[in-house]
Amino acid sequence: MKKWRLSLRLFPLFAIALLLSGCGKEGLSTLIPMGTVAKEQADLMLFSLLIMVLVMVVVIVLFTYAIIKFRKKRGQEDFIPKQVEGNAKLELLWTIIPIILLIILAVPTISKTFAHSDTHVAKGDDVIKVKVTGHQYWWEFEYPDQKIKTAQDLVIPTGKKVVVELTSKDVIHAFWVPALAGKIDANPGQTTSLWLDADKEGTYKGRCAELCGSSHALMYFNVKAVSPDEFKQWSKDMKDGPSAPTTASAKKGEQIFKNNCMSCHAVGEKGGQTAPNLSNFADRENIAGFKEHNKKNLKAWIKNPGKIKPGAEMPSFEDELSDDQINALADYLFSLSVKK
Amino acid sequence: MSVNAHSLSQPKQNSGFFSWLWEWLSTVDHKKIAILYLFGGGLFFLIGGIEAMLIRIQLAVPENTFLVGHNYNEVITMHGTTMIFLAAMPFIFALMNAVIPLQIGARDVAFPFVNALGFWLFFMGGIILNLSWFLGGAPAGGWTAYAPLSSEFLGNGMDFYVLGLQVAGAGTLMGAINFLVTIVNMRAPGMTFMRLPLFTWTVFITAVLILFAFPALTVGLFLIFFDRLFDANFFNEANGGNSIIWEHIFWIFGHPEVYILILPAFGVISEVIATFSKKRLFGYSSMVFATILIGFLAFMVWVHHMFTVGLGPSANTIFAIATMAIAVPTGIKIFNWIFTLWGGQITFNTANLYAVGFIPTFVMGGVTGVMLAVPTADFQYHDSYFVVAHFHYVIVGGLIFGLFSGFYYWWPKMFGRHLNETLGKINFWLFFIGFHLTFFFQHFLGLMGMPRRYFTYLKGEGFDAFNMVSTIGAFLMFFAVIVMLINIAYSAVKGEKAKGDAWEQGRTLEWSIASPPPEYNFAQTPLVKGIDAFWKEKMDGKDKMTAAEPVGDIHMPSSSIVPFLMSISLTIASLGFIFSAHDGVRKPALFVAGAGVVLFFLCMLARSIKDDPGFHIHKEEVIETEKGVR
Repeated sequence: MKKWRLSLRLFPLFAIALLLSGCGKEGLSTLIPMGTVAKEQADLMLFSLLIMVLVMVVVIVLFTYAIIKFRKKRGQEDFIPKQVEGNAKLELLWTIIPIILLIILAVPTISKTFAHSDTHVAKGDDVIKVKVTGHQYWWEFEYPDQKIKTAQDLVIPTGKKVVVELTSKDVIHAFWVPALAGKIDANPGQTTSLWLDADKEGTYKGRCAELCGSSHALMYFNVKAVSPDEFKQWSKDMKDGPSAPTTASAKKGEQIFKNNCMSCHAVGEKGGQTAPNLSNFADRENIAGFKEHNKKNLKAWIKNPGKIKPGAEMPSFEDELSDDQINALADYLFSLSVKK
Repeated sequence: MSVNAHSLSQPKQNSGFFSWLWEWLSTVDHKKIAILYLFGGGLFFLIGGIEAMLIRIQLAVPENTFLVGHNYNEVITMHGTTMIFLAAMPFIFALMNAVIPLQIGARDVAFPFVNALGFWLFFMGGIILNLSWFLGGAPAGGWTAYAPLSSEFLGNGMDFYVLGLQVAGAGTLMGAINFLVTIVNMRAPGMTFMRLPLFTWTVFITAVLILFAFPALTVGLFLIFFDRLFDANFFNEANGGNSIIWEHIFWIFGHPEVYILILPAFGVISEVIATFSKKRLFGYSSMVFATILIGFLAFMVWVHHMFTVGLGPSANTIFAIATMAIAVPTGIKIFNWIFTLWGGQITFNTANLYAVGFIPTFVMGGVTGVMLAVPTADFQYHDSYFVVAHFHYVIVGGLIFGLFSGFYYWWPKMFGRHLNETLGKINFWLFFIGFHLTFFFQHFLGLMGMPRRYFTYLKGEGFDAFNMVSTIGAFLMFFAVIVMLINIAYSAVKGEKAKGDAWEQGRTLEWSIASPPPEYNFAQTPLVKGIDAFWKEKMDGKDKMTAAEPVGDIHMPSSSIVPFLMSISLTIASLGFIFSAHDGVRKPALFVAGAGVVLFFLCMLARSIKDDPGFHIHKEEVIETEKGVR
């Protein structure tokens, strides 16, 4: 890759690259890459863009010259231009030059495509494995080595290769964290994979990129990159499970949770597996993947999930639970933290 | 317009609305079918355009609630499906019908009956699809209808998609076979393959592509049809099916489809640029060769739509290289067009403005296409607004620019009246500027992380400004289309009458006969002496083609209502199948479906048994008509 970066610098058109990198929000844009894969992808994108800009410039210059120089002028209505049949040399020229340009582009294309698709994990490799399952419209994350299950927020250590194994419970989804790596589809009944890493601690926005139904546009998730030590601590805490509720309201909420929610949701090991695992709910970044993380939004969600995410599987509890009960439930859910 | 189109009426015609209607329902004349395709496609183009505006209104500001969730998915699905199958395809068939027989010196297409049937199947297919809006909701799985979302998770709307496209697709396939046979068999004496006008060449290759690509769609739609209505499990993973198969089938059809759309546009551009540069097309042989090569490669690259499916780096890179290879013949075309302009004498009327505007716009779409061919970079572009920008540059900036250029160019030939140039130029500039405003900035939206098919985006994601610009551009395009409609109405009433050689520098055979052409096209079949046959004759100081035969009686096919009836019976069958998905009415609905199929076969039987010898236009009548037209 060093060689390509060098040739990029030599390019006078590098200005465009600079211009583009000002584009978009940090943690969300492919143009501000924060991981190895995204960086190399961005380099390749810019490299191909530069070749294409070169082609565009040649075409536009010839084209503009032709339409200005040869437009019909007054007083030469009877002029008949020479009926040129073709020109073998010119035609060969604009056949061969594009072929050369494409070969130049093909070399890094092949090498990087193989590099980025290499998710083979040998025994003893220091990588983090994550099994990701797409659901309409949320993401389930399982760490087989750490034996942890969570949802919506994918926690990873910085600087380590993370191998993501994808599948889906229902329709085809696609797992995309623009700032860290390109997307791969999550297909029902099959597994696909990709790898990514993050240079810096921070939260990166992830989203579904394959039309999956009514709330496709709201199927967000977060990737939280933390230091390797913090990750170790977190995975240990996750295994221990959340601390027990302390306030009276939260305790009441726990009972309501057991009666109403546990057939689908799990806390720790206990509970259903068809809806997001809520063990570390209080530590999440967002309600429903995109709303601000506060009790008000949580209550609105419990009352009528379909209003926030059209087509969401979770039923409305507006008529099932009283406001008091929902308050208690929210207090309980906001007590579910693995942070000590 | 109809007044012009049938200045030569058949015998036994009464006047009045019903006979007018009957005449259009039963016509087998390729020139009238062209007009039917044009207005049928135009109707769906407007519907698709309104859907586009709804999308852009919803996306104008973040977290908008104008059109969300399932309804938004319905609108994007119908926008894509309508624009591809019900607007772009019929527009292409309109130009094929209007121009191809005239360009090769033929009196009609090879199978006039099939031609009419092709149109009515397309039209009824479009009606079936759009009926979904009123009968329980439109399809919402995207125009690509990926399984299992489309096969198991979505409601009745998908059945309209499956059967509407099946019927429309059958019409397209028939039309293509018809034009293949026409171009192979019905060329005038001396019109060798290497003397065919380039538009005819591109249509020929397009017809070949349709012949091989559409059956894949037909098969795929049948599989979904059986999955949905008869509980087959082709795409159901849980029962041993495989949803990825649909993606392969769809794109084995879908990628050639893109070239089916763009090649005729290449043909139009080649004709228009040559005509208005007053030069022959630069590098004709390499243009033909490039067209054939693009057609061939079209079948070799479908996986580039599926790089993110997880087929592995070997498959991805092989298809990546094949995709990049297409840039070479396409580049040849671009440079040949520029060098056709070079040294010519260029007239900038609306037709040529669209053709000239096509060149840089299409190159933009082409280069982003090469960028998309890089698999690992495509992992970032795929299903983002970068892709949306790319294919709108190719399909609107390429195909629609080409089609509009063709409309302005051949309008006088089709209707005998010119479109107004001032309105035309307003139309062009509004459309051109609106187009680039709408789609140029979507490239950046995609790179900034905005996925396609999202009904909204959040405040603070930084997508606001570009989306607003894009919506403003869409409104400009919308106004441009309104100006075009005004132009059409104006031309019908007050348009300048067109001469046979309407642009006075026509090069190909269609300009050697009256505008609009008489029912029999050529009083005498022309003798073709070289490429750009009519130009050649004019350079030799003549004002019409050398005839290859004496004036005589001309045999014509008789009109028939059967194609219309056949399409109606398939519509009945389709609606029957669609409603058989509802449990309560399954049996009666299947009975209706069966009745429709039986009716269809009865129509075929009637057609086969009845001897139809056609009719003759007598020599005297031909001579009389020819006197009047020049």
